[in-house]
Amino acid sequence: MKLTGAEILTHFLADEGVEFLFGYPGGAVLHIYDAIDRQDRIKHILVRHEQAATHAADGYARSTGKPGVVLVTSGPGATNAVTGIATAYMDSIPMVVITGQVPTHLIGNDAFQEVDAVGITRPCVKHNFLVKDVKDLALTLKKAFYVATTGRPGPVVVDIPKDVTADTVDYVYPKEITMRSYNPVVKGHIGQIKRAVKLMATAKRPMLYTGGGVILDNAHKELAQLAKKLNAPVTNTSMGLGGFPASDKLFVGMLGMHGTYEANMAISNCDLMIAIGARFDDRVTGNIEKFAPRAKIIHVDIDPASISKNVKVDVPIVGSVGDVIKSLLREIKASEFKPNKAAAKEWWQQIDEWRAVECLKYKTDGDKIKPQFALETLYDITKGDAYVTSDVGQHQMWAAQYYRFDKPRRWINSGGLGTMGFGLPAAMGVQLAFPKATVACVTGEGSIQMNIQELSSCMQHNLPIKIVCLNNGFLGMVRQWQEFFYDERYSHSYMDSLPDFVKLAEAYGHVGIQVTKPGDVEAAMKEAFKLKDRLVFLDILTDPEENVYPMVPAGAGLDEMILI
Amino acid sequence: MKQKTKTDEEGMRHIISILMENEAGALSRVAGLFSARGYNIESLTVAPTEDITLSRMTVVTWGSDEIIEQITKQLNKLVDVVKLVDLTEGPHIEREMLMIKVRTSSNDSREELTRLVDIFRGRIIDVTATSYTIELTGTGDKLDAFINAFEKTPILETVRSGVSGISRGAKNLHI
Repeated sequence: MKLTGAEILTHFLADEGVEFLFGYPGGAVLHIYDAIDRQDRIKHILVRHEQAATHAADGYARSTGKPGVVLVTSGPGATNAVTGIATAYMDSIPMVVITGQVPTHLIGNDAFQEVDAVGITRPCVKHNFLVKDVKDLALTLKKAFYVATTGRPGPVVVDIPKDVTADTVDYVYPKEITMRSYNPVVKGHIGQIKRAVKLMATAKRPMLYTGGGVILDNAHKELAQLAKKLNAPVTNTSMGLGGFPASDKLFVGMLGMHGTYEANMAISNCDLMIAIGARFDDRVTGNIEKFAPRAKIIHVDIDPASISKNVKVDVPIVGSVGDVIKSLLREIKASEFKPNKAAAKEWWQQIDEWRAVECLKYKTDGDKIKPQFALETLYDITKGDAYVTSDVGQHQMWAAQYYRFDKPRRWINSGGLGTMGFGLPAAMGVQLAFPKATVACVTGEGSIQMNIQELSSCMQHNLPIKIVCLNNGFLGMVRQWQEFFYDERYSHSYMDSLPDFVKLAEAYGHVGIQVTKPGDVEAAMKEAFKLKDRLVFLDILTDPEENVYPMVPAGAGLDEMILI
Repeated sequence: MKQKTKTDEEGMRHIISILMENEAGALSRVAGLFSARGYNIESLTVAPTEDITLSRMTVVTWGSDEIIEQITKQLNKLVDVVKLVDLTEGPHIEREMLMIKVRTSSNDSREELTRLVDIFRGRIIDVTATSYTIELTGTGDKLDAFINAFEKTPILETVRSGVSGISRGAKNLHI
């Protein structure tokens, strides 16, 4: 059957099992939009800005594990998508972004709405393609999905010139694909697995440090088994939260710059660190010289380049996280591994002493709403079972600290790139994937304004997201650093001329509620979450001078953190 | 490009040979990787192999063992890269080609030049009334020495190919 390139694209996406296409039309993709209009197997979600399309696809991917798919036009469509592509790239999120391109004969001519999309996106994609012939289209799309979803996942861009979407060719869905240049390793090396288990058998103070890799590989069950077997404390990176239940007694909280006292102290004192699907990011390690100085390190990761990049490790294991943990568990069983009970008792006593510091306690103030309190209330009211997306800044760290995630794929945040404006569109993707679920977007008055226009998309697509805006009138994290390190010179961190968010929400057809007193937080949230089919914008005026603690200052070791 | 020699601070010189898909953009992926991650490049050459779907690239770089490990891992991660080898890990041969154009004003200087070309086992590949163009192949050091030997003769132009390398013996980089 002969189809146009545009029809091949829509057929292929449907055959590939894609449910949603997040996009925005324009000249170069008009043939594609026409083809979208003539089919009903994939649903197009119109956004208000291409950046939001990428974040929405990203939120969909993070919450479901399936690739997010984006369609944007050439030129500004492609450049607007770049921030979202880079966000997905830093957090290894599977995504396929289709960019329209000017017709092949105009490429390089500075044609209207032309940019070198492949060139611009090259440093922030896992791979990208320019399709110059309609005959290559289906196979290239298959490659794009294959590369995006296997190995260490990531975004893949497919740039399609307008004439290619009009040309016709016979279409057959390519079921299988092999690429000689791309064969990600899955199974861990058995020799390394044995070495790792030997270290585990002799460790007195073992510690599990796990990241987004556990969630990406759906390895949370295997991780729980390993932790139990080792009776070891577990800490998560921000990306890894929910990979291990926060309510489990083995969990010591997040580590790093705003990690808990117990997690950071345990890292600094453990004698064996088992790092799984984490990449020793600078926000996690603090001063690298002082990171886990007493520990032998085992590092499990699907990406060999992540191993020994920042911290030299003793036992590198390349492989898919789930597969490697299973092998470790088998080897533990086979080696008649006996945990050192006396050492474990001592180690846990020490950890309990650190826990007793209660580093997440905060001072309450009768008049001002403490952001931590607002998030604790959010946790209680949603029974800890909401999907929580966040923007970037103080509210993000507080959400990570005070919303205790027990399940994977519930905490959706831009960890690596730290993209303000991520939260609302990401929540759209999550809500579309799970129409019945409770989805909360924790944000601030700074971040929310970076993609506020999506309130319109939420109305169009009936997305009853609950926006929890911790409005402190400051770019809080910037203000905190200026307070600590710039003698309280608050250069441009004060948010003046804020809109009336209640009226703004109402203008878009939603419900807005402003909360000004601590005593009203619970009632307002209850009311908001009761409105199951409405988007509610909760504008919560919080203490403007609250800081995120604990905090490891730049250049300090994790055990040198500032407590409240 | 500044020639670097091995020192503790700057690390060893490595010749990395890469077999990659002969696709548009493959070269810029490698070049982009080096600039984005701040790795050193002394030279970079690329051309198709006997199998036209594959290109062979030679990158000369330097750095500590850790950096070189990262470079090879990051290169391997590029989807277009099929295989690579660090030639400096084993016995290998490296060659670079130089073409140099010099002014030849008198018969004397022509004779002297011819002798010099013979000593270095180069070839004169183009002659005009006022110039010689010479081709020379060898290691970078040999080419440097040749260029430095032109004390009196004015150099009009030089062009170097950058290093190509291959391992010694039957060992080979092939898919």
